[in-house]
Amino acid sequence: MKKDRLQADLEGLVRKWKDKRGNLIMILHSVENIYGYVPRDTSLKLSRLLDVPLARIYEVITFYNYFKLEPPGKHNVSVCMGTACYLRDAASLIEEIEKILHIKEGQTTKDEMFHLDVVRCLGCCGLAPVMMIDEKVYGKVKKNEVVDILSKYVKEEE
Amino acid sequence: MEKKIIYLRDTDSAQQDRINDFFTLFSNELRDTNLIEQVQLVKIADIGLYEKGVTVKILPENIVYIGIKNNDVKKIIEETIKNNKIIKELLYEKKSKQIRAVLKNCGYIDPESMEDYIAAGGYKALVKVLTEMKPENVIDELKKSGLRGRGGAGYPTWMKWNFARGMNSLEKYVICNGDEGDPGAYMDRSVLEGDPHSVLEGMIIAGYTIGSSKGFFYIRAEYPLAVERVQKAIDQAAAAGLLGSNILGSNFNFELEIRLGAGAFVCGEETALIASIEGKRGTPHPRPPYPSVKGLWDKPTIINNVETLANIPQLIAGGGAKFASIGTEKSKGTKVFALTGKVKNSGLVEVPMGITLREIIFDIGGGILGNRDIKAIQTGGPSGGVIPREFLDTPVDYENLGKLGSIMGSGGMIAIDDTDCLVDLAKFYLKFCVDESCGKCAPCRLGGYQLLRILEKISEGNGELEDLNKLKKISYAMQKASLCGLGQSASNPVFSTIKYFEEEYRQHIVNKRCLAGKCKALVYFKILPQKCKKCGLCMKNCPSNAILGSREAGYVIDPQKCIKCGACFDICKFKAVMKE
Ligand SMILES: Cc1cc2nc3c(=O)[nH]c(=O)nc-3n(C[C@H](O)[C@H](O)[C@H](O)COP(=O)(O)O)c2cc1C
Ligand code: SF4
Ligand code: SF4
Ligand code: FES
Repeated sequence: MKKDRLQADLEGLVRKWKDKRGNLIMILHSVENIYGYVPRDTSLKLSRLLDVPLARIYEVITFYNYFKLEPPGKHNVSVCMGTACYLRDAASLIEEIEKILHIKEGQTTKDEMFHLDVVRCLGCCGLAPVMMIDEKVYGKVKKNEVVDILSKYVKEEE
Repeated sequence: MEKKIIYLRDTDSAQQDRINDFFTLFSNELRDTNLIEQVQLVKIADIGLYEKGVTVKILPENIVYIGIKNNDVKKIIEETIKNNKIIKELLYEKKSKQIRAVLKNCGYIDPESMEDYIAAGGYKALVKVLTEMKPENVIDELKKSGLRGRGGAGYPTWMKWNFARGMNSLEKYVICNGDEGDPGAYMDRSVLEGDPHSVLEGMIIAGYTIGSSKGFFYIRAEYPLAVERVQKAIDQAAAAGLLGSNILGSNFNFELEIRLGAGAFVCGEETALIASIEGKRGTPHPRPPYPSVKGLWDKPTIINNVETLANIPQLIAGGGAKFASIGTEKSKGTKVFALTGKVKNSGLVEVPMGITLREIIFDIGGGILGNRDIKAIQTGGPSGGVIPREFLDTPVDYENLGKLGSIMGSGGMIAIDDTDCLVDLAKFYLKFCVDESCGKCAPCRLGGYQLLRILEKISEGNGELEDLNKLKKISYAMQKASLCGLGQSASNPVFSTIKYFEEEYRQHIVNKRCLAGKCKALVYFKILPQKCKKCGLCMKNCPSNAILGSREAGYVIDPQKCIKCGACFDICKFKAVMKE
């Protein structure tokens, strides 16, 4: 479903940006926004539509942390490891989540439920340590609260 | 009665539950007193205060109450809303050591309303520039003001603009650097989200001054709200004729466009940022040529930080001399810092240049959490250094911080207390730079990695004294030989922690101890028999069965089995587990 729509969008996107210089990154942002990552077949199509070599597109995707080549999980868990959060022991939250979900940072659980990212300052250092699940921010998280927070999302599914 | 607005915010927590309760309390009370039509209730995401309980701000009077309890609601409505009386016990007294110049509108106007911005005096400077001033007059005012770049290096803004102005080219560009890379700072984000028009106004004035007709906002994609608000501001300004062609009948044309960063710290560096706007990998180029000569698409370009640009409107409106009346001899105006770490009130502060570190940390920041001892202050993020507490009375300006081995930076300021380990802190920043190195030049790519390896070795208990020399040597080589500022400054945190806290490194290397307890391999957990109540909780919670004993005999930790997770330390209610 989503893919069909993007297919149409992709041509529209390229039309919108075609005449602007330095457009590739902005186009990739739009793709990433729709899929949560940049699928290979999309890159192939972009290469054709924009008439740039696939290698150039991959060169850009792999340089920037924001662009991903793998689909994300259903819920995106981001733990802030900005300076304030680091000082308030965000590392122990990451450890705890890794232990509970059996994944490492940057990975997705087998059931594709959770994806764990370590990010930088979320802009609410006063609430450090901070973690974010999808759009929701959890501040002053204690290690022993992590289980409860995560399990809410699992229960929602059932 | 004049229409009032009440802003609500739970400054202890980002969770909505408590604030929702208060929202209901307030709206019920307003309904009961028939005031609901005259008062607008708004839940907001940042009120500029932190850890102050439930907080409300009442507009237009701008009264702030903190630590509000349920039964205060009635009183606030009765006394303040109805009878315009201030409730002293709840009032938050503003710290007078701050000056709000760049942040003057943030939190006070609706950032999505251009009318609000104009009502607060916005776009006056632009009108003045376009109707009364020549580009050289703008440069003169900038020169008089002494404004220097707020993005880190502190380069005089007038010189940068003057270079670009002098270039003979039909195409020139203005770029706003909104990449805010310091991992513990959010000044620029707050300005872009809270007062986007001020940055726009600064850019349009910049365009007019250097003779450019196109500007780019380069904003981190991680700041979607900032992007949205800046786009809205651009659309509003265009609709009002403040962008486009023949602006205010002056024959001056200017357009603005947003380009998104994509999560690469090095893209904050000017030449890398330019490459990124051009749609390429963000790798730096050697300078010279400087961007003001050969920048975006090889055309003369000026790049300024968000806060630098946000300073422009008030500078022009009030005149350069007025701007220069605040500050020290060589650093003028105010600086916004994101004060975090172990201070009681973390948050954004805006202070006059020349204020001392002590005033910032103690008078504004309220001192150190738990009234512990401050050990040092870190400024400048991963490119900066630490300043030990002996220098707390140093007035903050570019020169002084530089002399102490740190930098002004873009505005990260972190208080470090005696529970923080500086070897670990150096490792934290270095790891950041190693992750973010673009890999183009060897000193940064290899040097950073080697430094990190050595720090890891030290924090794992395998350090040798010779390592200290190696750290210094590699740091020095990186400073001298790296291509861009990232590599040149990546070793600053290491360099400055060794400079001031060599003893702490020696503790790690010689005594194999991390007194702050951060380096796991160098921490030992021990149960103090005189404090232990023999409850057995620690034994139940130890994930590796390292705690032996019984309720009769008491408990001990087997160091062979202990994995140093700290579970026993956290769980013991009697503080009987200690780290050493
Ligand atoms: C690795 C690196 C990262 C930087 N990151 C930023 C940044 O996030 N924001 C910023 O304004 N300047 C940053 N700078 C400084 C810019 O290169 C540039 O000096 C600045 O934007 C100039 O603006 P100003 O003169 O107004 O300060 C960075 C520099 C380096 C070397
Ligand atoms: S110093 Fe580092 S970031 Fe800068 S060009 Fe060299 S490798 Fe890249
Ligand atoms: S939890 Fe504390 S008091 Fe209880 S047995 Fe362990 S050390 Fe003793
Ligand atoms: S460092 Fe985590 S929110 Fe700022």
